[in-house]
Amino acid sequence: MLKNFFRYFISSLFFLVAYSFSANAELKVGFVYVGPTGDHGWTYQHHLGRNAVEAAGIKTTYVESVPEGADAERVIRQLAQSGHGLIFTTSFGYMDPTNKVAKDFPNVKFEHATGYKREHSNVSTYGARFYQGRTLLGHIAGNMTKTNTIGYIASFPIPEVIRGINSMTLAAQKVNPNIKTKIVWVFTWYDPGKEAEAAQALIDQGADIIMQHTDSTAAVQVAEKAGVWSFGQASDMQKFAPKSVLTSIIDDWAPYYVERSKAVQNGTWKQQDTWHGLKEGMVAMGDYNPAMGADLVKEVEQLQKDLASGKVHSFTGPIYDQKDNVLVTVGNVADDGMLLGMGVYVKGVEGDIPQ
Amino acid sequence: MSLDINFIGVLIASIMASSVPLILAASGELITERSGVLNLGVEGMMIIGAISGFALMIVTDNLFIAIIGSMLAGIIISSIFGFLTQSLLTNHVATGLALTIFGIGMSAMLGKNFVGIPGKEFPVLFDDLSETIPFFGPILFGHSIVFYFAFILPFLTNYFLKRTKLGLMVRAVGDSPDSASNQGINVILVRYLCILYGGAMCGLAGAYLSLIYTPQWIENMTSGRGWIALALVVFSTWNPIKILIGAMIFGGITIIQLHMQALGLRIPVQFLSALPYIMTIIVLVVISRDSRKIKLSTPSSLGKTFYKEK
Amino acid sequence: MKLFKIVKRDEASKLIFFLTPILAIILTLIFGALIFYFLGFKPLEALKFFFIVPINNVYGFSELLLKATPLCLIAIGLSFCFKSNNWNIGAEGQLTFGGIVSGGVALLFYGQEGFYILPIVVLAGAVGGMLYALIPAVLKTYFNTNEILVSLMLVYVSKLLLDYLVVGPWSNPEGFNFPETRQFSESARMPILFEGLRIHAGIFIALAAVIISWVVFYKTYLGFQMKVSGFSLKTAKYAGYKGKTMILLVFMISGACAGLAGVGEITGPIGQLHRMISPDYGFTAIIVAFLGRLNPIGIIFASLVVALTYLGAETAQIFLQIPKYTGQVFQGMILFFLLASDYLLFFKIKFLGMKKNELRH
Repeated sequence: MLKNFFRYFISSLFFLVAYSFSANAELKVGFVYVGPTGDHGWTYQHHLGRNAVEAAGIKTTYVESVPEGADAERVIRQLAQSGHGLIFTTSFGYMDPTNKVAKDFPNVKFEHATGYKREHSNVSTYGARFYQGRTLLGHIAGNMTKTNTIGYIASFPIPEVIRGINSMTLAAQKVNPNIKTKIVWVFTWYDPGKEAEAAQALIDQGADIIMQHTDSTAAVQVAEKAGVWSFGQASDMQKFAPKSVLTSIIDDWAPYYVERSKAVQNGTWKQQDTWHGLKEGMVAMGDYNPAMGADLVKEVEQLQKDLASGKVHSFTGPIYDQKDNVLVTVGNVADDGMLLGMGVYVKGVEGDIPQ
Repeated sequence: MSLDINFIGVLIASIMASSVPLILAASGELITERSGVLNLGVEGMMIIGAISGFALMIVTDNLFIAIIGSMLAGIIISSIFGFLTQSLLTNHVATGLALTIFGIGMSAMLGKNFVGIPGKEFPVLFDDLSETIPFFGPILFGHSIVFYFAFILPFLTNYFLKRTKLGLMVRAVGDSPDSASNQGINVILVRYLCILYGGAMCGLAGAYLSLIYTPQWIENMTSGRGWIALALVVFSTWNPIKILIGAMIFGGITIIQLHMQALGLRIPVQFLSALPYIMTIIVLVVISRDSRKIKLSTPSSLGKTFYKEK
Repeated sequence: MKLFKIVKRDEASKLIFFLTPILAIILTLIFGALIFYFLGFKPLEALKFFFIVPINNVYGFSELLLKATPLCLIAIGLSFCFKSNNWNIGAEGQLTFGGIVSGGVALLFYGQEGFYILPIVVLAGAVGGMLYALIPAVLKTYFNTNEILVSLMLVYVSKLLLDYLVVGPWSNPEGFNFPETRQFSESARMPILFEGLRIHAGIFIALAAVIISWVVFYKTYLGFQMKVSGFSLKTAKYAGYKGKTMILLVFMISGACAGLAGVGEITGPIGQLHRMISPDYGFTAIIVAFLGRLNPIGIIFASLVVALTYLGAETAQIFLQIPKYTGQVFQGMILFFLLASDYLLFFKIKFLGMKKNELRH
């Protein structure tokens, strides 16, 4: 009896709120961030994307530092309840909460970054083909290294990170078959001190190229001091290490966020699974360091164009894993399903994936 | 890994550099705890020092002001803790934890306009010597003034506690506040000063991170180092010299596990990452088996509030 | 000439006991309003969104209870340790390990249904937390090792172990190698109390812990022993209490509570294991324990207040775009005021000059 009463009470509460706000003409867009906007990395770049939506004249709201556990669902639900017509949830750990809330708010659109679950027609997923950027880094690294050793600071062993390591290694091997990739896992997205220590350890171990899948600028600063090459990650890090940084992979979410917000405004929003890359500009490259030499810059710019047009694919066979098993046969390319769940290193990477 | 002598020198130097903030904060906290006050707000004071130092450096373009300012900031924030625990007699543990929450929030608030600005290169001393002398060169030369200060500080602290009148007073206050008070020592005043001193050292430790070690400002950039510093104080059994040893062991295992990873050793990486913590426990068990020794060195009034009927 | 004098109360007055938190809240409101004003927000509106809006509907209130449940449960456990002078600050690790063990058991029952599954899962979590808490306890009693340090270090170890498991052996085979396990089967989930809400049966575990701890603290010999050892270890030894057994016991109790909190999270709102099963509940609960003055009833209120500050910070950001860090600063201040208000519990301010007769006392 009581249970029934509550059920009706609550469902009526939800639906009232959901309907009353969805009828509103003015669109408000909500963003859920996993870190603080001051991380100068992943969350910071999403925040820049939000600023672009705001600049396009659309109202936005954000909630930062939302833990990926039980809290996420409440925050997403509150955003949906308080009249946001479109909600971007910008971390993998928000996948299940996003789908759960989406079920209760059929008129609100949800966009989940880096996930694969679209359980309801109002949920889209999106991600960026950062591995294309890594291919360019690998090409540059293969040309620039003298010790044939590339140092790679990795955050957490998820497919996204492993894909980046493999993509870079394959491209580097293409120009220099003797390439070895040394990996250090730091188990954090940003801890400048630890990233600096990892960079130093890799340099001490003979790496003369440093790249990282962590967010802070500590690694490029260490590289600058040690006089080795490095690459920026997430944002353009040139100004932090002008001599050392060869280029940066830049996450540019702004065009996508503006486009999707406008789509909701115009009523043209449709569920989709977006995986944009260099072509659409979701993955952008920083300026190329002149120290690379004009020829190499030209080569890389061409490769960038070819990757964007699809003429070159980052994962073109033959690709072998560390035990010489064939992953992709000659002449074929890895399909998106394989890329999405990538869980093994390719040949030439040293060490084991944390399992 | 090429095990030549220079490589080991470089390795030791990087271990030392990574342990500087731990030594500074732990030495400061040690004095605080020796006076009988347990301040768990080290992380909060460090992060406040980090942003204050960085912000002052950007605004004034003067590294000296930045360093002094970071210590002042540490003093200011620790004075909140001092007032609450000493004048209002609040619980030390809870107040310290609240101070950490407050400090992290405050630092983010102060730092919101300083994200994404590159820091400045901090001058190092005897840089040319560090490359010419094998092994000892990188260990002894080419470091910042704060680095040298950190490695002298435990010895100064030791001297202060054992040889100076004020130091004896601090220990008396920590070991037996009632009899110290009866002898005419102003217990509350001594504890206040020790808290503020601890704040200053934690502020400096934070500034080392944001100005020297990784010159930049990022929210939460101390990432738990304050907790490690607190652990080191206990580890040292309140002996300043042992802070050095503890910091080197902890920093050493942290750095060596990174090297083991880079070598591609087939050991689960999570296990390697957990090594510094596991080793700390093991070392602690080994050194603290002698119970009498521990009892003697622990400030017996640690964490207890003191009140004197006036 | 002094106008007033501060005097220690002979015993805490009952009236003041209830009045001080109210005073603290009033002070918090005043200073909070000032902070928001200086940061350019409308003070009253900000306070409203911090304290009232998060819980002005059924859903919000249920979320408050959901958030307060683990805090209350862990703090109750910790109060056993703190009362007896054992500084277990690694509840976060015990929560994580309890979560790992119970999650492992829940995964064993994957695809099976049955009424017996949940009790086993819950029990496994309690035992897991208990065993993990035994490490610092045993090291303290038999090797004389400082428990603050050991329990803290074990937090990092447990989080890395969880990471290892969800990335490797326990990761969802259909999950594209993402770091999470499968969803637990329905029988391994905490029953939801009201459809549409997330509040689950775990709240009864917390309430049971409150009642049991109250009985133990105030009605049993063990409670008396703990109190005495809390005052002075020497007295306790003099009275012949078995110190070692008690240390082991309080650590086991607090570990079990933390483990149960972990079970509540993973079998309640989360439903699987992944890297982030707790937003540092184990550390926040330390503040809750002291804010509640290590008193079971006090801890209930303290856990609600602290949970509300977290909800309030979210709501204030959603509706007023008040940055999260303002919320943290504000949170720190509330805690400062609440702690400071205890002063009035033990001291009273006597105004001099007016009642000269009283001075003679």
